Parts: sequence; C-alpha cells; structure tokens
Amino acid sequence: MEMQTVKFYQTGTFTVGNRLLDENERSVQANMERTNSLNSGHRACQGCGEALGARYAIDAAMRVTGDKLIAVNATGCLEVFSTPYPETSWQIPWIHSLFGNAAAVASGVAAAMRVTGRSDVRVVAQGGDGGTTDIGFGCLSGMFERNDDVLYICYDNEAYMNTGVQRSSATPPAARTATTMAVGKEPGNVFGTGKNVPLIAMAHHIPYVATASVANLRDLEFKVTRAMNVHGARYVHIHVPCPLGWGSAPADTIKVARMAVESGLFPLFEAEHGEVTGRTRIRHKVPVTEYLKLQKRFAHLFGKTPDQERLDQIQAIADKNIRTFGLIDTELAHG
Amino acid sequence: MLKQVEGSHAVAEAIALSRPQIICAYPITPQTHIVEGVGEMVKDGTLKNCEFINVESEFAALSVAIGASAAGARTYTATSSQGLLFMAEAVYNAAGLGLPIVMTIGNRAIGAPINIWNDHSDSMSMRDAGWIQLFAETNQEALDLHIQAFRLAEELSCPVMVCMDGFILTHAYDRVDVPSQEEVDAFLPPFEPRQILDPSAPVTIGAMVGPEAFTEVRYLAHHKQLRALTLIPQLSAEFEQRFGRASGGLIREYCTEGAETIVVSLGSINGTVQEVVDDMRADGAKIGSVSICSFRPFPLTALRDALQNAKRVVVLEKCLAVGLGGIVSDGVRKSLSGIQLKGYTVIAGLGGRAITRGSLRQLFEDAAADELEQVTFLDLNADVVAYELERESQARRTGPTAEAILKRLGTVSSKIG
Repeated sequence: MEMQTVKFYQTGTFTVGNRLLDENERSVQANMERTNSLNSGHRACQGCGEALGARYAIDAAMRVTGDKLIAVNATGCLEVFSTPYPETSWQIPWIHSLFGNAAAVASGVAAAMRVTGRSDVRVVAQGGDGGTTDIGFGCLSGMFERNDDVLYICYDNEAYMNTGVQRSSATPPAARTATTMAVGKEPGNVFGTGKNVPLIAMAHHIPYVATASVANLRDLEFKVTRAMNVHGARYVHIHVPCPLGWGSAPADTIKVARMAVESGLFPLFEAEHGEVTGRTRIRHKVPVTEYLKLQKRFAHLFGKTPDQERLDQIQAIADKNIRTFGLIDTELAHG
Repeated sequence: MLKQVEGSHAVAEAIALSRPQIICAYPITPQTHIVEGVGEMVKDGTLKNCEFINVESEFAALSVAIGASAAGARTYTATSSQGLLFMAEAVYNAAGLGLPIVMTIGNRAIGAPINIWNDHSDSMSMRDAGWIQLFAETNQEALDLHIQAFRLAEELSCPVMVCMDGFILTHAYDRVDVPSQEEVDAFLPPFEPRQILDPSAPVTIGAMVGPEAFTEVRYLAHHKQLRALTLIPQLSAEFEQRFGRASGGLIREYCTEGAETIVVSLGSINGTVQEVVDDMRADGAKIGSVSICSFRPFPLTALRDALQNAKRVVVLEKCLAVGLGGIVSDGVRKSLSGIQLKGYTVIAGLGGRAITRGSLRQLFEDAAADELEQVTFLDLNADVVAYELERESQARRTGPTAEAILKRLGTVSSKIG
C-alpha cells in the first residue's frame, strides 16, 4: 500500500489535529492544568500578538520546568501592560529592571540559582524587538557568548510600539512608522537596513535558536519546549503582529502573522550550534501583497497606482528567504 | 594578621572574607586589581561557593548583579570613572529595587579629556542615585568599610558604594590588618534577602508605579538613608569593639577642639591635611579638620556639631560642579544653616593633580587670614589659563582646549607637584 502523508489540519489551523492527538501530546494551552502564567485582566490592546505569544511561550516553559521558572522582562509593552502597580498579571516570579539589560539580569538570576543550590529553577528573559535587537543587543550578545543558561525570547512586532510606533532595527523595508514617515522619494523605512538577530544569535554558536510565529502556536510551544530541554544560551524569536502599530484589524492578528510566514517574509526555522537543523515548509505560498495589504503601514505601496518597484523588491526578499532556508519542498510543491 | 599589600589586594581580601556569591567584573583602571584579586581566589578554590562572571560592559556588570541580588545571592562588583557613568541607569535601578549590592569605586576623573588619575567626579555623579556612599581614608579603612558595607546594605536593603582614591589607595602598598574568617563571620551573618525571586512564592519585582505612589516610594528611599545615619555609627562602634580599631562612621574630627579654621574633605587627602594641621598647630594656629566618611547619607547634624564653633570652614574637594563650584560645599553650608561663619570652597587634585603639604599650608594660612576667594582652584596655572583665554578671544576656534594647553606646557607626561 502506498504511504500517504497524514495532515492534522484543515484550513491551516492545528485545532482539529490537537483533538485527534493523545491527551499528553496535546498543546499546553489545551490542558486544563496550564499555568496561565500571564493571567487575564492585563491591559494589552485587542488582538495583541505579543500577549498571545507570551502566554503560549511562558506556559510551555512552565510545563517543561515543572513550574520552576523565573522570568526577566525588558521595558516595553509586555512589561507595561502586565504590571501597572499594584496589579500584576504574572503568576510566576518576575522581575523588570531596565530596557536594555534583560539578558544580563537573567544571567545574574541564573548564576544565583547555581550558587545557591537551586539549579532546578530555570530562567527566561523576554523583551520586544527594540529591547532585543537595539538597546539590549550588547547584553544579549554577552549572554550568548558566555553561554549562560538562559532562554531569551524576543517578541518581534517590528517597531517601538510602547513609545508610539518608532522604527527599530527590526522594522521591515517600506514600513511606515512615526520615524519612517510615508512621505518623500523613499516613503517608509529604507531598504537595505536592519539586522537579522536570529542569524546573529546563530553566529554565537549557541545550542539552540529558533524563529516562531503566533500563526503557528503549536510550533511555538514545540520550540519553546525544545529550548527549555537544553541548557546554555538559547534564543527564540517570535513574530507578533501589533494591530495598533501595523494598522491591521485586531481580528486579523493570526491571519497577518500567517501571511508573513506563508509569503516567505518571516521564515520559520530552527538551528543548533550555528547550523540550521529544521525549517517549516510553506504550505500555500502567497504573494507578499497578500501580507502587505492587510496593514495600513504599507498602504502607501498601494493606493491608486501601486508602487510596483518596491513591491517587487519586497517580493524578492521573500523569494530569497524561501531559497535560503528551503521553505518550499520542491518535490511536493503544487504548480 | 598584618600584611604589607597593595590597597586593591587588601580590598580583595575583605571581599573574600565577606563570602560573596556572585562577583561581576569588567576591566577599568584603577579598580581592576581588586576584581582580578578576587577572581583568582574564586578560580583557585580559596573563595568557595562563589561565581566570578566576566561581562561585556559595566552596564552588564551591574545588571548581572541586579539579577543575582534579586535572586538572593550576596553580590559584589567594582568600577571607576567612565565605567560608573556607563552603568548609570542600572545604578539608579539597583537602588530603586532595594538590592543590597556592594560596589567599590576606585575613584578616577571623568573625560573628556580622558584621564585615568584620581579625583571624586565619578562617585559624585551618582550621589543622588540612592546608594549609600562611604569614602575610605586609608587602605585599612577601605578593607574595613567593605566588611561593614555588606552588613549595612543587607540590614537596610540598600546598595552601598565604598569609594577609595584611585592609585593613591588602590595601587599603594601599605600595612593592613586582615581579620580572620571567624571574626568576619561573627560580624557579618549570611545574607537573608527580604524579597526573592522564588517559584514557590512568586513575586513581581519592578512594576510600574504612577503619580499616585511615586512620591511615597521616593520618600521611603530618603527615609532609608536617614536610618543609615543611625546605623552607620552603630556598625562602626560594633566593628571597633570586635576588631579593635576605629573605621567608618559618619565623620571623623581631628584637632577641632578650639579650632577657628576647620578643613573638611573626603578620602585619602585627609592624611596630608592632618599633617599640615599638626605643623600649623605646632606653630600656634587654631586649625583642625573633619573627614567625611559617609557622603550619602550626608551627616548634616554631625557636621553642624563639629563645625558650628569655628570661624571659618574650608571645604577641600576633589570634584567640581561646573558652573557652580563645590559639590561637598553645598552640603556643608546646608549643615550650617543659620550659623554665621565664613565658608570657602577649594577645588583640588582634579585628574590626579598632586595636593602637596606646601600648597595646603599656604592655602590654609590664606584662609585663616580670610584672603581666599569663595571658590579657589588649588595650584591653578594662571599663566596657561590666561594665555588660552587670550588665544580664544582672538579667533573663534573649534575643538577641545586640552591639546592646546598641553602643547603650551610642552609636556606629555604628568608632573608631580
């Protein structure tokens, strides 16, 4: 009998597949015993990708560690919306120090655990793209280089949202922000700038690096779980749409995130010790316009006469990602 | 046990005796020998149950210390000058979070122009950060203050800076009495943190506080320092009783009884000041001196008691509030509120400029005759300044003046005296 690939999904979600699985293989969030580490009642905007990503990521890390987890948070949306004194949404030990030092504070917490005989307690540091790729980059690289036992999670919404949507080094080309205005000869963020921190993390040859998306929460849980099952410095970079900053509908957060993945603009991959060891194939490739047109930050590319030159440039970036990371299985690809 | 060692080494021994659990280090002159010394003790196993972490910047050094301290470990780091400025944001943060970190400052000037030698500009830049600041007069006191600092920090849940003059103390070989481990253990119990990151009792640390409570939080930080005004002398007295020598405290008076002129200063310069006081006393001058050990909290009452019967106070400062004059003077004047006496600010020893007995004697005699300006720069080369001011008045110039002055002086090495 011919082998048939079984796919546990219908229209691109894993919800149905989850029900078909054995109970102990189901997602962390599907389990009544989940910790709700980031509890309800916080002040994130409707459709916040970061709140969603953080809840899944931290609950998954809690399951791996048997609830022995400490979180260190950089300044940013996640910190502000979760801890307006005297309230807190965190059901786990949690500390916020500064914008640019989460990785270093986490190194200190991890060292204290070792030296006070609590090595079973694990440490997660988390921040947005500004706190990770810009102001916290020095501390992040230091933590990687020392191979400290910390998982750093970056929730990447591609700009400084907490301060009012300013450009970061994770802001994509052409995107309109408060500091890359959609005016002039080169509207939005200029092409050829920015940095790819997952690849830079890999260059440190740390045990584990992965990218993830809130479009694929099961994959996100899986990667956090893998990350927490190894020791040393680890990095997970999660793509989290921001309805406020991107000008997308709150109800479309998952859809926007999925279009980023399916267009090839946000490749999902894993790397161990500096080598790519896994990638999530694109199932239904979509043109980048399907992703861009959902967001007002790219509205200047469309209008009456589409800016075809820049749209082509963005498509070229997506196509290059697909080639570089092998995101389309050429044998199974349709048409 | 008596030892003839470098000041940095003496401090390293004091740190080791205090049983720290986490030490973070980033190199900067002149504090490097201290962390090198402790680092070696960790690596060769002399200092047990302690991790030595090499970090990538001073900002990271204090950030790692913040994480370690919040997670319940006794934590130490050291820095100087630009390093202290680079960690400035974390300096305020550690105090705001109430973390009992102890940090040595090997006092050094701040650039530009870059200068590695001693003055107090670095510590003074962080005087309002919420840390307790203790200034050591000698290497023995630097050693002793570190042991007291851990106790003080942990009793108050407040970080402490122990400030010692770069090179003058850090690199000077001197005789010090190093206490035994048993003696230090009896004085300094193990660290019992007030709040701790622990999965069995989760807390949120570092929440956002708005206008409704921020003033109260800041008041409590101030109140904590006021409590230190009582605790610092108590610890100093207990230390003296256990170890047999006086170290620390708020201020120390020297020949102030009946003194008409009293010199106030911080740190190692007090040794020279006291020698000049001896010389002048021998010649019949009514002069004395006060050494401020605790600069934060600032000992207003103790200073008032020490100074109020004098006719004039000379504040000798190794720092400069540009556009104002003295920094220490401000506090001294405040301590004398309502009392009529003459006050002089003397800026001295900037960037390692030697403060000689000869210069001090002349200065104090001028002060006693009330022939000093309100703000005096000790041994200022008036010729060089006049030349440069004249040169600048003739043509608008770009760039720093430092190179032009060095060219005029015709030297690239430091002159003593």
